Amino acid sequence: MFRILKKEELNPTVIKMVICADRVAKKAEPGQFIILRVDEEGERIPLTIADYDRDAGTVTIIFQKVGATTDALAAKNEGECIQDFVGPLGKPTETEGLKKVAVIGGGVGCAIAFPVAKKLHELGCCVHSVVGFRSKDLVILENDFDSVSDRFVRMSDDGSWGEKGLVTNALRTLIESGEQYDEVIAIGPVIMMKFVAALTKEFGIRTVVSMNPIMIDGTGMCGCCRLTVGGKTKFACVDGPDFDGHEVDFDEAMRRGAMYRDFEKKARDENCNLFKKEVGHNA
Amino acid sequence: MPNMSLKKHEMPSQSPDIRKSNYSEVALGYTEEIALDEAERCLNCKNMPCVSGCPVGIEIPRFIRKICEKDYEGAYGVISEASSLPAVCGRVCPQETQCESKCVRGIKGEPVGIGRLERFVADRHNETFTEHVTPPEKNGHRVAVIGSGPSGLTCAGDLAKKGYDVTVFEALHTPGGVLVYGIPEFRLPKSIVSREISSLKEMGVKIETNMVIGKVISIDELMESGFEAVFIGTGAGLPRFMGIPGENLCGVYSANEFLTRINLMKAYKDGSSTPIARSRSVAVVGGGNVAMDAARCAKRLGAENVYIVYRRSENELPARAEEVEHAKEEGIVFRLLTNPTEILSDEKGNVRGIKCVEMELGEPDSSGRRSPVVKQGSDFEIPLDCVIMAIGTSPNPLIKSTTEGLEVTKHGGIVTDGNGLTSRTAIYAGGDAVTGAATVILAMGAGKTAAKAIDEYIQQK
Repeated sequence: MFRILKKEELNPTVIKMVICADRVAKKAEPGQFIILRVDEEGERIPLTIADYDRDAGTVTIIFQKVGATTDALAAKNEGECIQDFVGPLGKPTETEGLKKVAVIGGGVGCAIAFPVAKKLHELGCCVHSVVGFRSKDLVILENDFDSVSDRFVRMSDDGSWGEKGLVTNALRTLIESGEQYDEVIAIGPVIMMKFVAALTKEFGIRTVVSMNPIMIDGTGMCGCCRLTVGGKTKFACVDGPDFDGHEVDFDEAMRRGAMYRDFEKKARDENCNLFKKEVGHNA
Repeated sequence: MPNMSLKKHEMPSQSPDIRKSNYSEVALGYTEEIALDEAERCLNCKNMPCVSGCPVGIEIPRFIRKICEKDYEGAYGVISEASSLPAVCGRVCPQETQCESKCVRGIKGEPVGIGRLERFVADRHNETFTEHVTPPEKNGHRVAVIGSGPSGLTCAGDLAKKGYDVTVFEALHTPGGVLVYGIPEFRLPKSIVSREISSLKEMGVKIETNMVIGKVISIDELMESGFEAVFIGTGAGLPRFMGIPGENLCGVYSANEFLTRINLMKAYKDGSSTPIARSRSVAVVGGGNVAMDAARCAKRLGAENVYIVYRRSENELPARAEEVEHAKEEGIVFRLLTNPTEILSDEKGNVRGIKCVEMELGEPDSSGRRSPVVKQGSDFEIPLDCVIMAIGTSPNPLIKSTTEGLEVTKHGGIVTDGNGLTSRTAIYAGGDAVTGAATVILAMGAGKTAAKAIDEYIQQK
């Protein structure tokens, strides 16, 4: 059992939790992920590691409430425990030797982009962060990004935070203004990563994306998380989760990611109804 | 006076019509009366040919004698001397190619139902025996076992019996390996696996779940922390795909994924938090036991049409005859001498069918089986909404890539000598991680051999 030491609501649907997980904390690196089960009957879901503290033996996760399992996780309080928490899994993001990088974060993906930006900053790399949210009330980690970025560009779909527009608009402006990057690292919704990769391909800039497909075991045993990269099948859990953005078949990844959407919706509605009933009885 | 009937007693089973829509065990087990009558068929041969066919060397005639004497606990004792998992082996061992293939009674008629008798003894023990096992006195030596499948559990059990302080590290959240994630409930009830694991724990074996060795902690770190020897029993590894177009469409599963969702995650139960596609027409590609398990699970999930698509003929099917028979009884359709060439997509990226060619058998290949050759111009399609690839696995590189000096073959299997010793001192391996996909009992045999070698190594240190 793994205790929740801290819980914080970053915005109405995004939660941050600090979990006591000594062994995971000892080995964790940016870009790696964990797999958790909320309770004994729970499904296994992967979440990328948002931060870790080796001395304290803690791992931070940041997640969005998108379905029954993340709802159940969000319902847990400080001091309560999570059934299973295994990791660190996957390969760490390669950060060695980079001089100047644009880190692109979209929505809750910023939770994963931030530790990468932080690590690059600590290694002395020049970091330009371009992050986007739908609107101001969904913004997370603003100060964190600010503190590790040499340049920080804020974007929102509706213009309520920073500039109005997409992260790709901002990245194009930066590149066209003469900024030269060794690499672009994009982490966010698959559709965002697809368009970032399309843009950087135009300019021939190496681009790494962090994929987050459906997984079960996370050790390579089931093959559920497979993607097509450069025409070959890869397993995100052992070969990734980072891949060359110019090689990933994003459309396929989006279709596979939506495979259980109907099931998820039903499971979530049922949980909501149960919850309503319980509240009703207690009232 | 022995029972000279030429036929062995049939296994009482759930009828196909009923069982194809439930997950309860198909084979119900011998009653005491049947077991006694079957046991009398054993001639108690002096040279015991059957024992030579058993990978763990159970003294078969001796346990069967105990059944005749109605000393069932005594019979269990004989089996346990050699096997850590009697109730499991009585169910999933391919006895027809092992002990029973050597039985003298099989020369004229059917061999003694050794597997069924083993199961009877184990089940009887589990039902009636309530005393707790006293753990043997500890000898002060620590051994780490990686993986809690058949080879790991056997190795752990044998070492614990000798007094070793054994810790088993399991990557998943539940111990049991393939016995839990792979083999379905209707063939091996999970309550039996957890009972066998409980008895190992009673003997003092510690089991730590959520431990992906190579990631959470490396083998070298385990040894630095005081383990004097390590046994690697990490199983078969990554599922193979055919490399044909359409394998990443929605609705295509590896057998590992399909079975893990059902068996480990209980996706077949209403209200399960893990989803699985409920399909109308399913093709399982492959002809082994895993393919049969996947096909029979698909049927139980409610599919109307379930096909086994296999490129050779019935004679070459690697699955046990009993499994093939059960699958047929449950309405699984065998499309033999058929090879998929493409999985077809609908406009949304879901499976809509599979394109196949017909095959014919040519000359025998390196495995001795006649290799299939494509019949030109024989393309045809089968309409489907789900495809399950059950064509084997390739070794998981996780341990190899994090353990310096650990030699592997060109296929990725760990290299060992006859005792399970790897290229590294004090590191042993066995089971599918060494051989590639094989059977539960062969993995158990390897775990047993390695346990003996580990004991000798530590005692001589």
